[in-house]
Amino acid sequence: MSLIEIENLSVTFRAKGRQVRAVEGVSFKVSKGESFGLVGESGSGKSTILRAICGMAPITEGTIRIDGSVLPTPRGARFATRVQMVFQDPYASLHPRHTIDRTLSEPLAIHGLGGSDARVVRALEQVGLPAAFRFRYPHQLSGGQRQRVAIARALMLEPKIVLLDEPTSALDASVQAEVLNLLNRLRADLGLTFLMVSHDLAVIDHMCDRILVMQHGRKVEEMARDDLANARMTTAYARSLFDASADRMLGDPSGTAP
Amino acid sequence: MTLLDVQNLRVTFDTETGPVEAVRGVSFSLGRERLGIVGESGSGKTMTGRAVLRLIRPPGHILADRMVFDGQDLMGASEREMRALRGKRIGMIMQDPKYSLNPVMTVSDQLTEGLRRRDGLGRRDAEAKALAALNAVQIRDPARVMEAYPHELSGGMGQRVMIAMMLIPEPDLLIADEPTSALDVTVQAEVLSILDSLVRDRGMGLIFISHDLRLVARFCDRVVVMYKGRVVEELLASNLLAAQHPYTKGLLNCLPRIGGPRGPLPGLDRTGDWAQ
Repeated sequence: MSLIEIENLSVTFRAKGRQVRAVEGVSFKVSKGESFGLVGESGSGKSTILRAICGMAPITEGTIRIDGSVLPTPRGARFATRVQMVFQDPYASLHPRHTIDRTLSEPLAIHGLGGSDARVVRALEQVGLPAAFRFRYPHQLSGGQRQRVAIARALMLEPKIVLLDEPTSALDASVQAEVLNLLNRLRADLGLTFLMVSHDLAVIDHMCDRILVMQHGRKVEEMARDDLANARMTTAYARSLFDASADRMLGDPSGTAP
Repeated sequence: MTLLDVQNLRVTFDTETGPVEAVRGVSFSLGRERLGIVGESGSGKTMTGRAVLRLIRPPGHILADRMVFDGQDLMGASEREMRALRGKRIGMIMQDPKYSLNPVMTVSDQLTEGLRRRDGLGRRDAEAKALAALNAVQIRDPARVMEAYPHELSGGMGQRVMIAMMLIPEPDLLIADEPTSALDVTVQAEVLSILDSLVRDRGMGLIFISHDLRLVARFCDRVVVMYKGRVVEELLASNLLAAQHPYTKGLLNCLPRIGGPRGPLPGLDRTGDWAQ
């Protein structure tokens, strides 16, 4: 059975008498332990799907099931213990006036869980940050360190599903590599299921088992990683994304390139 | 022919804890070609671009043994002479259209402001020129965009408006600071081809500042790789894949690739002498 089942999902925003159909009739399933990628240009609705799962976008049609049961609205406390999200911009997603310790222990306090001291230290260790960092503020950390804190915060309630919204697009290449490695290690160690959004096909390819290409809020093509690597896409749009992908000029990955 | 020659450029910021050197002795020269400057955040690439226009505010200051643009000494130029160069002869495209366009002016007002005040054109002539510039950067329906405010435009459109604005005075040198990093890959390709045709057709010099090695390799003629305010390597873009410097190699290796191995990506080793 699939862990996440999204069926015929539509999201429509209404503003000033205008309707914007951000997502239209998208369906896909993600199995337990899998890493699933959503890829497309800005405005393709990929991030809106993540927000819809979290109850932060107006769902007009379709259902979202987790573990076989339809998600309640509002999502409630139990949802937060199962699904967590890491956002794109670590400069904007951490409270600037809260110490790292407060950011990390807040979910525990909300859910009435004890032992926050030990858990905060363990969470920092998990994401490869020194324990002393808990007394710092976000502005005292680099972008990569902040994103590690955001990942630690998402893991505080020990969720099984992590939604990743462009987790490395604000980071330098070398820092991106470190964060991607960290995410892969955590997925293996903790048995996490990832649903990841990115505009970078190479990042999605590196991280995900299956990929859904989206355009203008609709599903274009779903493919396995092997199909992407061997350019076996069937739609012209998926091919154009593949052709425009910047990593393609680095030559054949199996060859002698750098 | 050399358009810009920079020797031993230094940008220093005086802080409470002593001077901080953002750029530490950078030298390069540029003809009518595309020069890429790459490096991570904090490598000094943006400061290098801004220093050429002397756009560094106190407490920052610029030192250089030589900084000459088309026979004119930029270090010795008065502020008045610099103003005559900025925009008109040396243009600069900033990274983010959201922050660099004036949010309370329509595109039309922003594009025509320079034409009317600097060149003394009438409203109608200025608007015709602005419209032509929007056409040149391949904006569909330029008449609508002229009346729009920046927040009504998408990132790609805003970036093209900014490029159009910089191109109206037909500069000889364009400094583009991450002009495409906020854009989607397909829009990115369009913006690059616009810049490319300007270099080819008009013989403009271009300094292309980016953190994306792959993009620079594809788009530029020569590449300068910076780290901590220094140039660690300068090479032809076509030879980038054969880079010798450990930093350049490390930057290339840590990028994931479609169909590449799925093991951990190699980190960047910063222990060499070059990293000091």
